[in-house]
Amino acid sequence: MIRRSLGLAVPYLFIVAFLAFATLFMVAPTVMLAAQSLSGDNGITFEYLQALGEYRYIVAFRNSIVLSAASAFVGVVAGGLIAHTVLKPSAPNSLRSAVTSFSAVAANFGGVPLAFGFVATLGSLGLLTQGLKSIGIDIYGMGFTLYSITGLTIVYCYFQIPLMVIIITPALQSLRVEWREACENLGATPAQYWRMVGLPVLLPSLFSSFILLFGSAFSAYATAYALTSGNLALLTTEIGNVLSGDVMSSPQTGAALSVGMIVVMVGVLGLSAFLSKRASRWHK
Amino acid sequence: MKRLGTGGWVILALAAIYFIGPLVLTVIFSMWEGRGHYGFDSYVTLLQRPNIVSSLVISVELSLATCAALVVLLVPAMVFMNLYAPKLRPVFEFIAALPFVVPAIALVAGLSALFTGPEWLIGTPFYLVIPYFFLALPYAYRAIDVGIRALDLATLTEAGLSLGADLGQIIRLVVLPNLRTALVGSTLLTLAVVMGEFTFANVLLFHTFAVLINEVGQNAPTEAAALSTLSFLITWLAMAGVLLAGRRGGVQLSGAR
Repeated sequence: MIRRSLGLAVPYLFIVAFLAFATLFMVAPTVMLAAQSLSGDNGITFEYLQALGEYRYIVAFRNSIVLSAASAFVGVVAGGLIAHTVLKPSAPNSLRSAVTSFSAVAANFGGVPLAFGFVATLGSLGLLTQGLKSIGIDIYGMGFTLYSITGLTIVYCYFQIPLMVIIITPALQSLRVEWREACENLGATPAQYWRMVGLPVLLPSLFSSFILLFGSAFSAYATAYALTSGNLALLTTEIGNVLSGDVMSSPQTGAALSVGMIVVMVGVLGLSAFLSKRASRWHK
Repeated sequence: MKRLGTGGWVILALAAIYFIGPLVLTVIFSMWEGRGHYGFDSYVTLLQRPNIVSSLVISVELSLATCAALVVLLVPAMVFMNLYAPKLRPVFEFIAALPFVVPAIALVAGLSALFTGPEWLIGTPFYLVIPYFFLALPYAYRAIDVGIRALDLATLTEAGLSLGADLGQIIRLVVLPNLRTALVGSTLLTLAVVMGEFTFANVLLFHTFAVLINEVGQNAPTEAAALSTLSFLITWLAMAGVLLAGRRGGVQLSGAR
């Protein structure tokens, strides 16, 4: 009997340990952020959340959203086209597995190393920049800089496009050959097939992919920090600046910004879950 | 080679230029020694930096510690939850989804607001294992969950118990070997994520590999390019391991951006 009850105590101990760990170091810090953003000198205050309406934070919100939306849009279109190309039945298998493996690497190659790879390529002293200059195209003279929203979008696409290839592949594979053949037998052109069958079926998956890509860019910090040193206002770098004391802001402001981010992410992922539920109707 | 159509080839060619171009240029840039000379100078200088070995060691130690934490804390809890408390599944799912919703920079803000001590906890680089655990959690959880669902855990356990094994033996000799693929996959992925992780380390002021790359990059771009090359190779190796381990098990994604 003792052995038996001991036998059950141990499993529950492990479960409780995990739950306690998660509560202490994941749930509690999140709750703490919410509490901190509301805590004033004397009691609850909404002043810090209202401060999110200040011009500089509006700019950070806007920059983050524009950057995330732009890189997610390019990612969805380019990644979708690449996945579609390599998934064609006529595509060689070796090409398909090469693209899949490379996507797995590139989607995981983010952060600081990626940033400096692009500095070496498209920075003001980068090889591509210098090469173009030597043939008479001075992109920095034309107003381009890597350290802008446009530049960051180009860098972010390096992990956004492979991410898209990976997450859209199952949806593309679920487009049945029979549908296409039925369309062809009924005399539809490929364009008609895509407009009236393919895209409508894919649409929820495309939306939910867009949202996931949006989230991945929205929460990116390292790449942006290494490239802009916090000079281009993004939500993540603003929070980082508050945390490292680079700007004169109260910790409550950082907490309020974090709460703002979490709210956006909850909305984004909720929408994604809803859409992928709709998409799954076709994935029997 | 069979046909992809002109459009298909154009798309692939553009993709190849965009994805391979920066890699090649980064490697060339890392070998630039000025005035048209190329060589391995920046790699040699790198090795002579006082911090490089120690930061690399710290990052490797953190990767291993995070993997160990996942194996000790997450795997048994998931196995036992499936066996004895399946009602807790939604709670586990919720926890595994949380790191997606709370971006790294927000979690670190919360952690530093909540924990200002004790020194033995927040004063050592191993404090980072805690946030890294949650960074890896969504991916590790998914991989292990797939692995567990593919097993008939209840039957395996009953068979083991009726043969006289205790729970520890069953976990060690039956369950873990069956989860090998999932474990290897999530371990390597964790390795890749932790090696490149910057957000937590930078904000919490620990000198890891990614923090070093950033520091070097602010004043020595060719050395930073050399470090980027190294770090791409590390990611490549880890992912090659994941793909080999997973065979057709699909590709996983990380969150260290």
